[in-house]
Amino acid sequence: MTQRLQRPRLGTTALIYLALAGVLLIGGIAVAADGGNLFATANLVDMLTRTSLTGFLAIGMTLVILCRSLDLSVGYTAALSSLVAATTMDGNPANVPLAIAAVLLVSGLVGAFNGAVTAYLGVNPFITTLGTGLIIKGYLDTQYKGPAGDVPAVFQQFGYTRIGPVPVSALVMLIVAAAAIWFLRSTRTGHHMYAVGGDVDVARMSGIRTGRTLLVAHVLCGMTAGAAGLLLAARFGTGSAEAYTNLYELDAIAAVVLGGTLLLGGKGGVAGTVAGVAILAVLDTVFNVLQIDPFAKDVLRGAVIIAAVAIYARRQLDRHARRPRFAEGRAS
Amino acid sequence: MTRARELLARATNPTATVFILLVLVFAAVFAMNPGFFAGPSLMAFLKQAAPLVILAAGQYFVIVSGNFDLSVGALVGAQVVIAARLIDGEESRTFPVLVVMALFGIAVGLVNGLITTALKVQSFITTLGMLLVLYGAIRLWTGGAPTGSLSESFRVFGRMGIEDVPVLGQIPWALVIMIALGAGAVLLMRTRFGRVLMAAGDNERAAALSGARVDTVRTLAFVLSGLSATVAGVLIGGFAGVSAQVGDGLEFTVITAVVLGGVVLGGGRGSVLAAMAGALVIEGLFTLFNQMALPATLRPAVQGAIIIAAVAYAARARARPVPTATTASPTPS
Repeated sequence: MTQRLQRPRLGTTALIYLALAGVLLIGGIAVAADGGNLFATANLVDMLTRTSLTGFLAIGMTLVILCRSLDLSVGYTAALSSLVAATTMDGNPANVPLAIAAVLLVSGLVGAFNGAVTAYLGVNPFITTLGTGLIIKGYLDTQYKGPAGDVPAVFQQFGYTRIGPVPVSALVMLIVAAAAIWFLRSTRTGHHMYAVGGDVDVARMSGIRTGRTLLVAHVLCGMTAGAAGLLLAARFGTGSAEAYTNLYELDAIAAVVLGGTLLLGGKGGVAGTVAGVAILAVLDTVFNVLQIDPFAKDVLRGAVIIAAVAIYARRQLDRHARRPRFAEGRAS
Repeated sequence: MTRARELLARATNPTATVFILLVLVFAAVFAMNPGFFAGPSLMAFLKQAAPLVILAAGQYFVIVSGNFDLSVGALVGAQVVIAARLIDGEESRTFPVLVVMALFGIAVGLVNGLITTALKVQSFITTLGMLLVLYGAIRLWTGGAPTGSLSESFRVFGRMGIEDVPVLGQIPWALVIMIALGAGAVLLMRTRFGRVLMAAGDNERAAALSGARVDTVRTLAFVLSGLSATVAGVLIGGFAGVSAQVGDGLEFTVITAVVLGGVVLGGGRGSVLAAMAGALVIEGLFTLFNQMALPATLRPAVQGAIIIAAVAYAARARARPVPTATTASPTPS
């Protein structure tokens, strides 16, 4: 143990990008052995397209998880947002800015509700966001029997246009990710999020308005879910309530945790999350190219997620000893 | 004497919220349909509620020790599918298959527990991974749709009961199993195992320093949860028949039930009786929704609003001045 401490340690984020490179390499070899090419343009496009949707959700999820919270309602918020977008646009290109504003407002309000109930009423975020998800689900199922609204062709471009092999949606996702990285590293609220996630009592005693910080994280998480909803609307050309059946929230949480952010909060970052999203996307593309049975995909996915987190956990073991707060066993 | 004081403390703490809720829900049910408390319809309700109550007891052990088990829904589905496939209508295979299912439930719990404790993977991730693995593996094994069928003797547990009882009509086996397991769970929490489990969830470090085998009891909690999912699978399979979707989303309903029972996510607080009462409240709500002819689509919304409100109320009660004995830092409920 002491020997390991003396060696210069690889940063967690660097390790995750190394893991991504490893997954790409193994995937590339596996596909090549099957007679294909993982790095053919079509496959690259597929990979990058897969990153954008989970990416949006995972960026916001990173913020709340850093604050030792959780958001299980993002899939429902995204579905709601796609409907708000499509019905507000209603086929008229002039309505696009209004629709985007409406989506960000609605999704931000959902996040604000989650944040307020969690921060000020002391409800466990697991329950708050599960409840919010159920409320939205009930509203969607009652109000919309099928797809609704119409997305004008201009906005559908957001879903389909590419610059070279890079889809615009993936580019936008990366810009949002860059903004989130800047936010966490360089703003006061960003720093406060780490403090709140690290130890909420210490943060409060240091003069941080912990409730407000948590609220901001949830609002931003809601808004990234709104962005994901806009992307869904652009891809489908209509608003769809059925989108929530895909359990996007679990994908997003898996990506965040794969990206090295501790589920107990206080440690991690968006750069790692982007790599986590990419790892999941590469896996999906490889499974697709190899035509692996969709059910076997779930099995492999589950195994990969557990294995990856087990590896990170091994690295954090010696840190546990020095930071007793991780040893208290309080799941968030 | 101490027992009496204990009972008093138990009645006044936030755990009591669930019993108030239970009375309210059933008062509403009674107001809508006074015939509900007639023997047969009450028995039918309890028969339907039994699987969730048993699952809640299993989930309680995991939650009170500071973990989550998100894999129970997938496990219930897996068990039903396994039973149908292996029994395939043959009466003689019923008992061996029940043994296989129990072993499978134990194995899944053991894997969950060992990955969580020995590899230090957060239980949320462990059991989420297990959910994906079970979900995929079962559909892979059966090629998408469950095959085979259950034997009559297998379905006895979920469907039948002690017949011709005066007033009540039929006492379902499901209810008998539920009461037996519930009593077992309550007694188990009074043993050394139960106390260590509670201590492990409250303060892992203190428990470990006091010589408690924290990892062992936590692993056993997962095994108990796996077993509860097995029993629930047997009951649901017998009651509702074979379908791979049978357990979908059940994990969230169960966790909701346990939390409604005043059990704190993160561990160390709450009673198993209240957790099981939480499951009855949820089932009571579903019955109430039925009687009110509430559109099926609107139910999740009402359910969501009620759980947020109930947990917020319980959190408010907990935030009030607590006896100084509990010096634990304010844990988010």
